[in-house]
Amino acid sequence: MKILVPVKRVVDYNIKVLVKSDGTGVETAGLKMSMNPFDEIAVEEAVRLREKGAATEVIAVSIGVQQAQDTLRTAMAMGADRSILVLSEESPEPLAVAKVLKALVEREKPDLVFLGKQAIDDDMNATGQMLAGLLGWGQGTFASKVELADGRTEVTREVDGGTETVSLALPAIVTADLRLNEPRYASLPNIMKAKKKPMETLQAADLGVDMARRLTTLSVAEPPARKAGEKVGSVAELVEKLRNEAKVI
Amino acid sequence: MSEREAMEFDVVIVGGGPAGLAAAIRMRQVAPEATVCLIEKGSEIGAHIVSGAVIEPRALDELLPDWRERNAPITTPVTQEEMYFLTEKKGYRIPALERVMPHIANHGNYIVSLGEVCRWLAAQAEEMGVEIYPGFAGAELLIERNRVVGVATGDMGIGRDGEKGPNYQPGMELRAKYTLFAEGCRGSLSKQLMEHYNLRKGVDPQTYGLGVKEVWEIPAENHRPGLVVHSFGWPLDDRTYGGAWLYHFGENLVSYGFVTGLDYENTWLSPFEEMQRTKLHPIFRPHFEGGRRLIYGARALSEGGLQSIPRLTFPGGALIGDTAGFLNTPKIKGTHTAMKSGTLAAEAVAEALTTERVEPASYTDRVRNSWVFEELHSARNVRPAFARWGSKLGALYSGFDAMVLRGKAPWTLHFKHADNETLRPAELCKPIDYPKPDGKVTFDRLSSVFLSNTNHEEDQPVHLKVRNMALWKTVNWDVFRAPESRYCPAGVYEAADVETEARLVINSQNCVHCKTCDIKDPTQNIDWVTPEGAGGPNYPAGM
Repeated sequence: MKILVPVKRVVDYNIKVLVKSDGTGVETAGLKMSMNPFDEIAVEEAVRLREKGAATEVIAVSIGVQQAQDTLRTAMAMGADRSILVLSEESPEPLAVAKVLKALVEREKPDLVFLGKQAIDDDMNATGQMLAGLLGWGQGTFASKVELADGRTEVTREVDGGTETVSLALPAIVTADLRLNEPRYASLPNIMKAKKKPMETLQAADLGVDMARRLTTLSVAEPPARKAGEKVGSVAELVEKLRNEAKVI
Repeated sequence: MSEREAMEFDVVIVGGGPAGLAAAIRMRQVAPEATVCLIEKGSEIGAHIVSGAVIEPRALDELLPDWRERNAPITTPVTQEEMYFLTEKKGYRIPALERVMPHIANHGNYIVSLGEVCRWLAAQAEEMGVEIYPGFAGAELLIERNRVVGVATGDMGIGRDGEKGPNYQPGMELRAKYTLFAEGCRGSLSKQLMEHYNLRKGVDPQTYGLGVKEVWEIPAENHRPGLVVHSFGWPLDDRTYGGAWLYHFGENLVSYGFVTGLDYENTWLSPFEEMQRTKLHPIFRPHFEGGRRLIYGARALSEGGLQSIPRLTFPGGALIGDTAGFLNTPKIKGTHTAMKSGTLAAEAVAEALTTERVEPASYTDRVRNSWVFEELHSARNVRPAFARWGSKLGALYSGFDAMVLRGKAPWTLHFKHADNETLRPAELCKPIDYPKPDGKVTFDRLSSVFLSNTNHEEDQPVHLKVRNMALWKTVNWDVFRAPESRYCPAGVYEAADVETEARLVINSQNCVHCKTCDIKDPTQNIDWVTPEGAGGPNYPAGM
């Protein structure tokens, strides 16, 4: 049983991004890039499933610029068996990503596509759902627990106010939420070994996918700066300010 | 021991700054069959690099003469230079700079982001076959039969309590015929090596400075690429060495920072606040108008020069770059000397590989016969003159040394004290009234550290080891009133409960790896050790 795990190269979560001075986006040049943390969780879970014997092969995929190969090396250092890099412009839109993944699914025939629930750069939360739609497969999104048995997967989903458990026939789409697991470190020996694992490079155009952008960014702005707090002398003054200045009561 | 994996290389290099990367490149040039592995504690190459930086391209010209064709990020030549002596309200420009302070003259030099230069050097090194592994700290020396046989990287996934967590990964032994230590100023393994092999015997104590830096983006109409401004004098008193720099470079970027000599005496002094308040001086303030601050960082540097350089080699390896102390202080530059020292060490190691000598000792002779020695020798009396006679007389002496003696004085001035010995008790020092941050040009410590993108995995042992906590109370608090709470540029150290029973709080996750506490603590009671790999600042390009 094969698992396909798409991973995205994003600005590292420790970096505080700055909006470009012309407001067209955020500055990404020269920033540390790493694997989207939710994708790391997906890689970890896929590797655990293989280690338990529930899967036989884990294939990592990234779609983007050449440097995304570093992200794939990390996935292989964590335990993915091989990887595919699909070259395109940086950060393609979810629909284009889903279409590329559909083409790869038809080629690789995995039983499970395990994605992160969303990428931390654009927070779209769409690729997994779109891919399920394009393939006509069942989907278990926001997974906090995943079990595989008898050609089905049981996915515990994090929903408002609790959890929901769904049972899906394979092949299926699962997207990982934060509490699914705590990903392992890529150890130095495994990073060294990952250099020798196979990585295939394809062009998005070769897969016959239309990567054209359909969304237009109107403007990007920093959140308004927080105003400094104010000390009040008494409860009466507090109530007065809440009522007349803040107008919240 | 047994659960660690091991790998063998011809050469292992600890640290991916200019010295380590130059050594790696030179190794592959002179011994193409040698296997070279370089590790770096930062999450990527450049993540822990802080420098001004105006660099002299001499060492790079020698190492990679085609650096321009290789698209090195070295594109802003110095075009204009100003040096000021500051009083509180005024700045006096030093005339005929290239004659009075010939060390400083920057004709032919470039303003760069040293982090970007290192990322580029790493790409060149990888292309030449060097294996580079960022995110792994050299945590432990491997010494067998009194020979260094490599280093081990730190364990990952150890909890704060010292117990192995669920994600525990043991470190790895990187074994090598020769190991080069390029850890930068006050390297933690270098410190152990100096002790183990007694490398500092017969040399002056090292003296240090702390550089605290910001990168700003300013309106295009105010940007003068190639402009270099330096100052000395105010806000420091005459007994304290240091000054500010301000460089216009890149796309509307300004590099601004302040270096304070860590042999300062006044326990109330805060290098961070000196940096902040100097921005308000009329010489500097106009440069920041309408701009926004992008990055913040800090790092100690070695200022002792020639007299303070330890023995450079030991069985199985050598010290290169600023961990050995190759910075040329009067020139305010160390990148070219660091790179040259790495280059020379690589040549010595290549020779030792063929002759199978235990110690790459020809490195020392190579340094002695190079321009690095010549340069450091002619500059050797400047910094100690400031330490002895203060800023004004020190500046006069250095002008005399440069113009009349031309660096060839028949005497050598020495450093008498290590930096940890110079603090005076709080009651004998004049408190300093620093202005409150205005949030526009000046800022507080925590909002600054935020811009260094610093992160440490939360659940790990504290990497700032206080040897004896009782000593903190009786010395640091009772005598000096917690100087670490002022010299630490990242707010790691806080004195808590000062009204009742004072105690030290260590916020180690804020640490930007500047090493000042390891240097300045009055009783050398703090040991800086490597935290889990990839921890620390994540300085972006531009730094």
